[in-house]
Amino acid sequence: MIAFFFRKFDRMATGFVILLVVIAILVPVLNLAVPEGSAFHIPTYLVSLWGKYLAYALLAVALDLVWGYCGILSLGHGAFFALGGYAMGMYLMRQIGARGVYADPILPDFMVFLNWKELPFTWVFFDHFAYAAAMVVVVPSLLALVFGWFAFRSRVTGVYLSIITQALTYALLLAFFRNDMGFGGNNGLTDFKDILGLSVQAPTTRAALFGLTAVSLALGFLVARAIVVSRFGQVLASIRDAESRTRFLGYRVEHYKLLVFVVSAAMAGIAGALYVPQVGIINPSEFAPSNSIEAVIWVAVGGRGTLVGAALGAVLVNFAKTWLTGTFPEFWLYGLGALFILVTLFLPKGIIGAFASRFGRRSEGGAA
Amino acid sequence: MSRRFMILMSVLIGWVVLAAAPLRADDASLVLKRLATDNYGDIEAGVAALAASGLSVSEAVLNALADSRLSYRPSDKALFIKDPSGRWIDAATNTAPAEAPSGLKSVKLNNRVRRALEAALGSMTLMSSDPQKRIAAAEAVFKSRDANTLAALDAVIGKEADPVVRRHFEEARAAVLLLKTDAPEADRVKAVERLGERGDQDSLALLGSVTEANATVNIVSAAKLAAKGIERWLALLSTAQNAWYGLSLGSVLLLAAIGLAITFGVMGIINMAHGEMVMLGAYTTFVVQEVIRTKAPGLFDWSLPIAIPLAFGVSALVGLLIERLVIRYLYGRPLETLLATWGVSLVLQQAVRSVFGANNREVGAPSYMAGVWDLGGFQITFGRLWIIVFSLVVFFALLGVMKGTSLGLRMRAVIQNRRMAAAMGIRTPVVDALTFALGSGVAGIAGVALSQIDNVSPNLGQSYIIDSFLVVVFGGVGNLWGTLLGALSLGLANKFLEPLAGAVLGKIILLAVIVLFIQRRPRGLFALKGRAVDS
Amino acid sequence: MNRLLSRFAASALVAGSLLATVAAKAEDTIKIGILHSLSGTMAISETTLKDTMLFLIDEQNKKGGVLGKKLEAVVVDPASNWPLFAEKARELITKNKVVATFGCWTSVSRKSVLPVFEELNSVLFYPVQYEGEESSKNIFYTGAAPNQQAIPAVDYLMENEKVQRWVLAGTDYVYPRTTNKILEAYLKAKGVKPEDIMINYTPFGHSDWQTIVADVKKFGSAGKKTAVVSTINGDANVPFYKELGNQGIKATDIPVVAFSVGEEELAGIDTKPLVGHLAAWNYFQSVDVPENKAFIGKWQAYTKNAKRTTNDPMEAHVIGFNMWVKAVEKAGTTDATPVIDAMVGVSVPNLTGGLSTMMPNHHITKPVLIGEIKADGQFNTVWQTPGTVVANEWSPYLEGSKDLIADWRAPLSCGNFNVKTGKCGGKG
Repeated sequence: MIAFFFRKFDRMATGFVILLVVIAILVPVLNLAVPEGSAFHIPTYLVSLWGKYLAYALLAVALDLVWGYCGILSLGHGAFFALGGYAMGMYLMRQIGARGVYADPILPDFMVFLNWKELPFTWVFFDHFAYAAAMVVVVPSLLALVFGWFAFRSRVTGVYLSIITQALTYALLLAFFRNDMGFGGNNGLTDFKDILGLSVQAPTTRAALFGLTAVSLALGFLVARAIVVSRFGQVLASIRDAESRTRFLGYRVEHYKLLVFVVSAAMAGIAGALYVPQVGIINPSEFAPSNSIEAVIWVAVGGRGTLVGAALGAVLVNFAKTWLTGTFPEFWLYGLGALFILVTLFLPKGIIGAFASRFGRRSEGGAA
Repeated sequence: MSRRFMILMSVLIGWVVLAAAPLRADDASLVLKRLATDNYGDIEAGVAALAASGLSVSEAVLNALADSRLSYRPSDKALFIKDPSGRWIDAATNTAPAEAPSGLKSVKLNNRVRRALEAALGSMTLMSSDPQKRIAAAEAVFKSRDANTLAALDAVIGKEADPVVRRHFEEARAAVLLLKTDAPEADRVKAVERLGERGDQDSLALLGSVTEANATVNIVSAAKLAAKGIERWLALLSTAQNAWYGLSLGSVLLLAAIGLAITFGVMGIINMAHGEMVMLGAYTTFVVQEVIRTKAPGLFDWSLPIAIPLAFGVSALVGLLIERLVIRYLYGRPLETLLATWGVSLVLQQAVRSVFGANNREVGAPSYMAGVWDLGGFQITFGRLWIIVFSLVVFFALLGVMKGTSLGLRMRAVIQNRRMAAAMGIRTPVVDALTFALGSGVAGIAGVALSQIDNVSPNLGQSYIIDSFLVVVFGGVGNLWGTLLGALSLGLANKFLEPLAGAVLGKIILLAVIVLFIQRRPRGLFALKGRAVDS
Repeated sequence: MNRLLSRFAASALVAGSLLATVAAKAEDTIKIGILHSLSGTMAISETTLKDTMLFLIDEQNKKGGVLGKKLEAVVVDPASNWPLFAEKARELITKNKVVATFGCWTSVSRKSVLPVFEELNSVLFYPVQYEGEESSKNIFYTGAAPNQQAIPAVDYLMENEKVQRWVLAGTDYVYPRTTNKILEAYLKAKGVKPEDIMINYTPFGHSDWQTIVADVKKFGSAGKKTAVVSTINGDANVPFYKELGNQGIKATDIPVVAFSVGEEELAGIDTKPLVGHLAAWNYFQSVDVPENKAFIGKWQAYTKNAKRTTNDPMEAHVIGFNMWVKAVEKAGTTDATPVIDAMVGVSVPNLTGGLSTMMPNHHITKPVLIGEIKADGQFNTVWQTPGTVVANEWSPYLEGSKDLIADWRAPLSCGNFNVKTGKCGGKG
């Protein structure tokens, strides 16, 4: 089993996994054990911030799996991310219990003041963590399964597929904005208190969530890698490069695509679930098509079809966003826009791609 | 008894009775002084009194009040009217005072005063020489249903030569008679029929108020019958009206998408900066109007025709720059154009925000775009009509360029087979640049029209980009006719779903339908045939 | 064109001075956080508030600052992105060490940062009218609660315009939903029949109003005087009003009273067809009192734009900022806990010629003004409450909150005290 995961491991992948394991341990230690004021202390807010980046990185890895290796440009991956986030958010809402402002033991606050009398069926088992955790994976996967089954079977490809994935996430955005849906409308879900009995605001919980996110990213990366280096992954690459030819060779292209799409959606859902307790809010704007487009940009910046690059791109772009919005609040969009233009023009294979070709080393899978 | 009715009654009675015996001058200034206050209730009563006074100056004073040109001097409560040249005129004597009055306060308006003014000015014109004013007066009576106006109406109906005005008078009379319990039954049944013929929402409401309590069985059953007829008619009308709304929404979608049908549909560039080209067109309109407002206010009605070529120029120029600086390096890598143009769109949004500020900018409507055209209850707003016409003109002009000019020929050649076109001596880079500039320029023209119905803000483009892509994909990439049909059918579908499911749910359903439709026809309504489609 | 150029120059100047403040990291300053979106969908409304805060801080520094120290603004851009609001709030408090923050516009942004301010015990001033149903120890709400805006407006229409039929039109989010629930309960209590109330919700940024405006017209032609109460938000207003003008609905036929349309929003519309439509606020730029005249003069001089408008949320920031200065001087420190305690009971002049006081529920007292739109985009005040109105942060018209009160003074110190059970913490 382990050998399967580590087959054809190159130096970059090894380095990446080791790096993730190291920071999964080191960052919580530096945050909790090193006293404040020490040069090595990492403040709590940075822990949550980097936790958020790593959750985004997992989303980027999931997206790179379908885009970089199978040629499915999804402009709706944010939908899977948000659905995972909502599943986690609903669990966290139910954990508030009677500590809400209206002290209703069952109903979340927004239902009380909109005069809801009982919990809608969608919310019923969400007070159990196991159920919520299952839903984090099941709901996005199911959506991906249904959507992908229709789309791949009728051979919707290329830009048509991109646009209908965008339509999908847009429709979900509108649906979740509706207060009648019972997911809190525009205000979304917020003001969480506990996760598994631990306060979400406690530094230890934050550190633990960070560690968990880093480990999840490493695992997600390993799963994605295992897929792409397998025989299955080779078929995916051939679908990406010449779909018709692969079909003529006798492969059931739609099955391959569907499977990888569902796996990717599940990973995106997990990323969303890790994201929500660290940022403290989930709202329909996570479904906005622009969020999904941004995720595509992270992958492109880091390097499409490299997995490591996708994660790197997500962290880099989001770090740039944090830094620029704080330092140049009036001008940061120029910087971000210019970054996207310059990367596409001068680094067509992304940062990792440029790095790899410079040192004459071909990264696995290589961008198309 | 509504307030409006009371005013109207006093006005009409006053007008009939007092017209023959005008007030003396000192009484006149007394009536005028009632307007010299800042209490809305007193102003309202003053308006009614003035209208009833039959003074020769009252129409001028009331008109001045309606236009906020009326002021008073608190010291002696004298009224002054500001004439168009900015001179003050003493309202009581209708002469300019020797020296300009000082310390004036303007007589303020609110909705109640405005309503009183409308009623007063309207009823003063029941015998006006202008047929439009007579119709307005008849409608005022229709709304007030005051039994005391019956005599006056009977008097004017006989003398009325214009059949349209006469119809309005008769309808007003029917509205009065309908609920007049002491009128003969035959007259009231006739009134019911008259209202049934009028057949609008107001008549329906009126007929609904006829019950056994205020009418005989015959009248009630006639009213019920007439109401049913109106309801059927109104249902038909609302379907037609909905189709019109759908057409109008479709034309907006067409405008928003048509430039994209070139840059994305024809060239294959996933142009996320398309919305910003539309936005630039809208801001060009704003700048044109600003210049006209300060330099040549008389040209305001020409602002849109002037803005159209300028918007085309600005957006086409920006498009040309984008193509030369960014996109030309990305041909053959369509998905990467998405990233670069996304960056371009962020930069353009922020640039507009820096120059014009983050707020909405005001773009006014020329006079020919305001107003409604009522075709027997079927209402067409001029603004929307112009936009539909405009979108079709733009569409067919673009079609003409693509099909009928040598540039269009070369464009199509490059799209169908780039290398063959190059081998035939077509300079493909030039054609690419011009095609992108054309698509961007058309988007800019769309911005001129959209500035009339939407916010002119840095976010303008963002709100249309998703819909635009859906229209192009739904219609079939690379086919202008597909874009036309796609836009119109999406507009119609949206408007017929809206009354059934509500605006939000309707849109969600429509999106789901599009997603399912693409499964059935993976290349849109009009798929391009041939080898070019095999990606 | 000159106006445009000067505006460009002005914005460049403001930006330049901003960079300068960032560059000059003087040690001995008191830092104030400004958390308003400068990009994205909310930039339309929030950018002005950022400028207002910079102006207020500048004015205060001219007077010598606070507690002998100069104030320093820290501006960040949360980009209309709600999780980013929480992140930026945390950054302002922990990294930039701001002692108070002025910010947020939408309810969701406030909900997003609320746990951060409570956890890190810092102070937020929230300047926008909202749905109520909240009272946090760390937030001071300087905008109106529903009873300080919506209910007086409805009363006005009932008494002065004799309205009997009501269209409650709003964008589908929490503020309109709650406000309309409150209004519906209130209207029914006043004897309005359910068939005389029409409720309609539209999505954010809704731009095609043809059907809805036609429906309103139809609903309004049933023989009873009809009015529209609009809680339509932001971007959707311009196309809504343009469609009203298009379909020829005049204020004398069906007046529209709006709670989210102020001078800033009207600046983007040709207001001539809208004359007579109403808005309910706690401040209008046209209010004719010396305090307001002086403020507008200084503001226009600061922005170097003689046509720059002012609006209600700006006034809320003016009041909030002045209250904070007073409370800091009273407490002798900028530490959050003493300042929060000192805030309750502080009174400062508002810009409509009265005094506004911070109440124990962390909301302020406000006068309610009803204005009619004039042709020049300003409002003509047609009605005004005689004094100021105290905010009902928990609405008595809602089932869940009718027994709740907030009082942050010791010993109660509770945001949701239940007067029936005598316990802090909701209805339980």
